[in-house]
Amino acid sequence: MNWDWDYAIDSLPLLFQGIVVTVELTVLGALLAYALGLVLALVRQVRVPVLSQLVYLFVEFIRSTPLLIQVFAFYYLLQPALGLRLSPFVTGFVMLGIHYATYTSEVYRAGIDAVPKGQWEAARALSLPRGRVWTGVILPQAVPRVLPSLGNYTISMFKETPLLLAIGVLDVLNRAQEAASETFRYVEPVTLAGVFFLLVSYPASILVRKLERRAGTV
Amino acid sequence: MDSHQPLSDAQAGTATADREMIRFDKVVKRFGDNVVLNELDFTVSPGEFVTLIGPSGSGKTTILRLLMTLEKVDGGTIQVDGEYLSHMERGGKLVPADEKHLRKVRRHIGMVFQQFNLFPNMKVLQNITEAPMRVLGKSRAEAEERGRELLEMVGLSEKVDAHPSQLSGGQQQRVAIARALAMEPDVLLLDEVTSALDPELVAGVLAVLKDIATSTEITFLCVTHEMQFAKDVSDRVIMFDHGQVVEEAVPEKLFTSPEHERTREFLHAVIDREV
Amino acid sequence: MFDQIGLIFSTLVRGLPVTIAATLGGIALTVVLSFVAGLALLAPSRTVRFLSRVYVEGFRGTSEMVQLFWIYFVLPVLVGFELVPLFAGILVLGLNHGAYGAEIVRGAVQSVPKAQYEGAIALSLSPAQRMLRVILPQAVVEMLPSFNNLFIQLLKSTALLYFISAEELTERGQLLAPSLPIAQLVPIYVIELLFYLLLAVLITVGMRALERVGARRLGRRAPRRRSTPPVTAGGV
Ligand SMILES: Nc1ncnc2c1ncn2[C@@H]1O[C@H](COP(=O)(O)OP(=O)(O)OP(=O)(O)O)[C@@H](O)[C@H]1O
Ligand SMILES: [Mg+2]
Repeated sequence: MNWDWDYAIDSLPLLFQGIVVTVELTVLGALLAYALGLVLALVRQVRVPVLSQLVYLFVEFIRSTPLLIQVFAFYYLLQPALGLRLSPFVTGFVMLGIHYATYTSEVYRAGIDAVPKGQWEAARALSLPRGRVWTGVILPQAVPRVLPSLGNYTISMFKETPLLLAIGVLDVLNRAQEAASETFRYVEPVTLAGVFFLLVSYPASILVRKLERRAGTV
Repeated sequence: MDSHQPLSDAQAGTATADREMIRFDKVVKRFGDNVVLNELDFTVSPGEFVTLIGPSGSGKTTILRLLMTLEKVDGGTIQVDGEYLSHMERGGKLVPADEKHLRKVRRHIGMVFQQFNLFPNMKVLQNITEAPMRVLGKSRAEAEERGRELLEMVGLSEKVDAHPSQLSGGQQQRVAIARALAMEPDVLLLDEVTSALDPELVAGVLAVLKDIATSTEITFLCVTHEMQFAKDVSDRVIMFDHGQVVEEAVPEKLFTSPEHERTREFLHAVIDREV
Repeated sequence: MFDQIGLIFSTLVRGLPVTIAATLGGIALTVVLSFVAGLALLAPSRTVRFLSRVYVEGFRGTSEMVQLFWIYFVLPVLVGFELVPLFAGILVLGLNHGAYGAEIVRGAVQSVPKAQYEGAIALSLSPAQRMLRVILPQAVVEMLPSFNNLFIQLLKSTALLYFISAEELTERGQLLAPSLPIAQLVPIYVIELLFYLLLAVLITVGMRALERVGARRLGRRAPRRRSTPPVTAGGV
């Protein structure tokens, strides 16, 4: 069986539709993960009694169980129970975002821990208000350190979008599958989908490694 | 680089009466633009105890590391007991040594490091028996018997089953000495073996070394800042600076009436520091 | 109601052996590939290093789902025979996570102090002896926390076998779901998630025990704890 260029080229338009979806999912999911992760990290850092422990359990639980089942549970169980009617696409990036927020929260936490204790003390000595300590002193030092790790998790999210096929989101791999199922020629579209992932994530990971070297990572 | 010089004249000396245990012949060593050893020549006779002194950065450690084949020479040759160390003979020419040759010549040489470098994944006795069993092909019983003897010699019989991390620095260093001796080296290299130790532990290690130096045929090349020790045990002291020998003499002479201003300055600085 | 839960539980439990087999098989293949590729990344030969680099970047750079589809749907077309779903799954889990594990092995070997190599050279140990007797025993202990995280990633990835109908836990649950009213879905997902959580805890308990053994071997007191998973081991 040989590689059929004509067929490969024919499947490109369909693949391209999928690429757009994959990229959108990644970007929206990542933004949610960055923001929610920060909230989770701050709640744990500030040590609100019961809430901190709950957040800890939530983070450990989400991190230790498969995203796929979380997607199923959210889509088939939680949404109807709550009376929500989110599209598969929205469900997809929301769940990606929540799942990866548990990772990014750990990244932020490590980043915050890495800010030397003297910085807190110095800020207190200047009697800066608490909010200002965070926005003016701690976060500006923590954020550059966490960027490489956030980058790595973004790449991971990107590569995990195909599992949203389970609820009918047609990302690039699933478009490839769709193209293939019409003709029973899987080689070209599935391979092209793989090439697409490699073309994006390999340069991205090189970029992250550069950031790592520059920032002295967490 | 002179890696293709003919063998004949370089080897002529080794056959004659004064056998040389170590011979440096115009040895050059650079790190980038930094010329650390500049055509360095010196020799050490069998059984001799030679101490190298010199200011920080003068290349003392580099000399020992070259002998241990942890570094490669950039020019000149090193011989140990008449055998080329950095080079090997092939078709009457000298070519840079390969790994196989290095492994053969290394066996004559042992080294004790400033930071001990014991293997944390092995208990004390295994640290000592590992190489004799795997390199010299000794049986376990043989190697362990010798290992226990050596531990007794360095005063650590009761630590046979300890982990290196459970020992004090001085004890670790004595294990490291026993480990090096277990390989029955002809040459033992000591690089500031007491400078990582707490002051009260230094004497114990030096006593062990002195014992070995006087009771064995081993040739010693030693770098130390312990001037009293150097005086007591050395047959000869060599003062280095800028990658070359400034002067060499028996310790009584070098420490009391050095010929060179540079040596005087250095000794003053060291002795001031010791007081 | 309780009958239903009993039915759900027993149905899901029947998927557990496949999930466990996929996890253990995947871990075994991961460990082998991690060491082979990780040491190859440090090999003296440029060709060997390059080939290993291609494997590592290739499998880390493409999505695990793509790899699964490729091996399960494309490969049979090319070679003319089909893989058993579980076997295809183990293959992909191992190949994918082995690529991440290779970096763990490389990093741990490089983190062993240079002084340890030099100590081994000074005792005339051969390159193989240096690696096997001195460097790796120390490096392995360093690897354990990272491998713990990697194995949990792998466990989570076994859910992807749902897509190739390997009849593991996730698929059992999804087959059951449509026949039940929404309220009954609660036990399905709760039990599923708890099973995965339990397996994750078992992996962690096992790895922590190994860490303690390793620490004792190296004569350290308590294993150093790392709360953040290394990001290189993250994700699919
Ligand atoms: N691996 C290396 N890379 C670059 N330069 C090196 C290296 N090792 C040693 N040098 C340089 O070589 C010179 C000699 O170093 P060496 O360690 O031999 O000195 P030393 O006489 O042992 O000094 P000290 O008394 O401080 O131990 C120094 O200038 C040092 O900076
Ligand atoms: Mg030195």
